[in-house]
Parts: sequence; structure tokens; C-alpha cells
Amino acid sequence: MNLFYLVVYGFFLTAALGLFASWVDRKVTARVQYRVGPPLLQPLIDLVKLLGKENLVPAGASRAIFFAAPVAGLASVILVSTFLWLNNFDPSRTFGGDLIVVLYLLAIPSISIMMGGFASGNPYASLGASREMKAILSYELPFILAVLVPVIKASHSLRLGEIVQAQMQRGAVAASPSGLLALAVAILCVQAKLGLVPFDMAEAESEIVSGPLVEYSGPALALYRLTKNMLLFVLPFFLIILFLGGVQRGSGPVFFGVLKLIGLVAVLTVIRNTNPRVRIDQAVRFFWGPVTAGAILAVALALFGK
Amino acid sequence: MSVKLTALLKSPWVFHLSTGSCNNCDIEILDCLTPRFDIERFGMLLAGSIRHADVLLVTGSANRKSMERVKRLYEQVPKPCLVVAIGECALSRGMFINSYNCPVPVDKIIPVDVYIPGCPPRPEAIIAGIVKLIGKVKAQAQ
Repeated sequence: MNLFYLVVYGFFLTAALGLFASWVDRKVTARVQYRVGPPLLQPLIDLVKLLGKENLVPAGASRAIFFAAPVAGLASVILVSTFLWLNNFDPSRTFGGDLIVVLYLLAIPSISIMMGGFASGNPYASLGASREMKAILSYELPFILAVLVPVIKASHSLRLGEIVQAQMQRGAVAASPSGLLALAVAILCVQAKLGLVPFDMAEAESEIVSGPLVEYSGPALALYRLTKNMLLFVLPFFLIILFLGGVQRGSGPVFFGVLKLIGLVAVLTVIRNTNPRVRIDQAVRFFWGPVTAGAILAVALALFGK
Repeated sequence: MSVKLTALLKSPWVFHLSTGSCNNCDIEILDCLTPRFDIERFGMLLAGSIRHADVLLVTGSANRKSMERVKRLYEQVPKPCLVVAIGECALSRGMFINSYNCPVPVDKIIPVDVYIPGCPPRPEAIIAGIVKLIGKVKAQAQ
């Protein structure tokens, strides 16, 4: 049964929904710019094409880490999505502290990008990887503070299943002022976690080519793209579980669940299309200043029961 | 046709390489990405890194310095890859044909799959050239 969740929900369904979310992102971007945009299957075609290409390893690279890094990133995303689906459909199968496990696993894709960047031995990649490291340091603090709000609302439980159940009984966390504030903070942090435009300092095509991924080609690049596409579904799904009451079984709720997902992805895309890239020092100042202050305010409000 | 080739033709990521052009052809290539022409409809994206590219767009009359770079970049593209020469200079060196600094046209340095003439070619001409390239690859595969 667990293996079924891992393969069917954790990998195939998440990959399909991730590719769909990535298509929504590209299509909305195109419509914002008055373009037509790519067809529905474009993200899948890109992946298939990359899998058929030659896999090049640069001369100065550390070969084992260069290929291990994308696999590690993909594996952690599959694990996270398995936990999320399991807790969403069957809240009784939660275990103590699985929220912390998910938070740790969500950091691994960024770490895998750093590993790959440093292993490829390219100066652009090293620069991108060091920026990625600073970005992690900046957004993790407000993200964890924002995640504390649903924990407090679910009577101080660190179990994902209990957070989902508490919202089933008492309504979504985002319906309260503290939850709404925490959701706004979390959306900004997710934007940085996904490396979308205002916070894409690590990948900045116009200055450091494509950052840590500059030397990746063929199947290894396909794994990174799949990881990113899956994260584009997994992170909004995580937010839906924490703040918007999850996606329950049944005819109506599933429809609303899909609407929540498309809504969150569209918000991320609109933020990405209406903002210019910030510098790394501006990003750190932004996340440690106003965003962390907002997160602390949200936690304080939640502690007072607002 | 194999799945590999079909996917390649439906999502060709282009890398833009200027071997010393006057920038006109480069601007026309960027025009193809604007809302009026929008080549992302066909899955084409501008790749920042040569390792991500499937199609090499070469503009400009290759001079003695950039000749070696063209060769090296062609070796760095993951195969299968296609090469498109854009503009009069890349085709036949244009007005620099008698220059001491432009010994050979681009197709004597690397194999070129399709030639798009014009000084500079219009975006419509570039898109028509890519359509012909796709038709040519399909015909070769059968």
C-alpha cells in the first residue's frame, strides 16, 4: 500500500500535475505578454526531448556528484509528495513530526542544485550555487515561522494529518487574520523556493547564464526540470494542506481542490510576471526584514487566538 | 520517425551565436520571440547555455578570432543538434567577402543545415526557414 502511494501518487500523479502546473505557468505568462503560448503537452515534450539528448560531462567536473545531485533532488520531491498525498487522503496515517520531515525534505532540491552547480566546475555554476545558498538562508526563516501558524491553530500538533483534520472541523487556517498573513508570507517564500522571477538570482539567465544548471545537458537536465515542475505542484499543494484545508475526496471538494491549486499557481505566475529580479542582498534584506516581521506578527496573532 | 526526433522537432531550444555580426540579424532573431511572432507556440525557447540547446543559430561573418569559438561551441552542443545560418554574412560573408579577417564562410567551419538569406532576414523569413528545416529533417528520417 505504501509502495502504491509512492509510485502512483508520489511519482506519476505528482509528475502529471506538476507538468500541468508548469503549463499553466507558461500559458499565463504568455497571456500576460499578449502571446498565444505553448500547447498543453509542451512540458512533457521538452522532457522527452531532453531524455533523448546526449549527456555531456565537463572535463573538470566531479562525475559521481554531478549525476547523483539531480537524482537526490527528484527522490526528495517524490518522498515529500507521497507524505502529502498520504496525509491528505488518510489523516489517521500521520506520524509525530512528519511536518518537520517534509520541511527538511523540501530543502533538499535546492541543496541538490547547489551540489550539481559546485560539482560541474563552471564559474557561472559556482556563482549561481553560492547565490542559491544565500537564498536558502534568507527564505527558510520566515517560511518556518509561517508554517508555525497552522501548527498553533491545530492545538500545537506537528502532525500533518492532525492539521488537516483540525481544518476539516474548524475551517481553513487562511480564514483567520493570522492564517491569511502567514499564507501571504508563505507564498513569497514559495516564490523564492521555486526560483521564480523576483527571486531567481541563482538562475538569472541574463547575468550568469542559467546558474548552477549551466553545464547540465540531456537526461540529467531532464531530471532537474522534472524536479522543478513537480515542485511547482508540490509546494502549492503543501500550502493548500497547511492553510486552505487540503483536497478531500468526493466530487465537489476535488473540484475546489483543483481550483485552489490553479489559483495558487496563477498567483505565483502573476507575481513572477509583474516584478523585476532583485539582487541577492536585496532579497536577504527583504526576507529577513518585512517578511520575517510579518511572519512573527502572524505567529503572535495565532497565539492570541486570532 | 523515432520518438526522440519527433520530440526534438516539437521543442527545439535555440542558442544564439553571433560571430561578429552588426547586430541586425540578432535583433531580428529576438523579434521572433515577441508577441507578434511568438515562436514559443512551437515550443521554441531561447536557451542561455549551449548545453541546453538543440539548434545553433549562427549570425555574422566568422572572423579569425570567432572561427575557433564556433568550432568549439559546435563540439559542446549535445547531439543531435541542427545548425541554422542566418543573414547574408553567415551565408557568404556579405560585404566582408574580400576582408583579410574573414577567410571562409560559416558552412566551411561547421556543417550548416539551413540557410536563411537577407540583410537582415525578416522574422517571417526566419520562421519560414525553420519550417523548411523541420520539413527537411522529417524527409531525411523517412
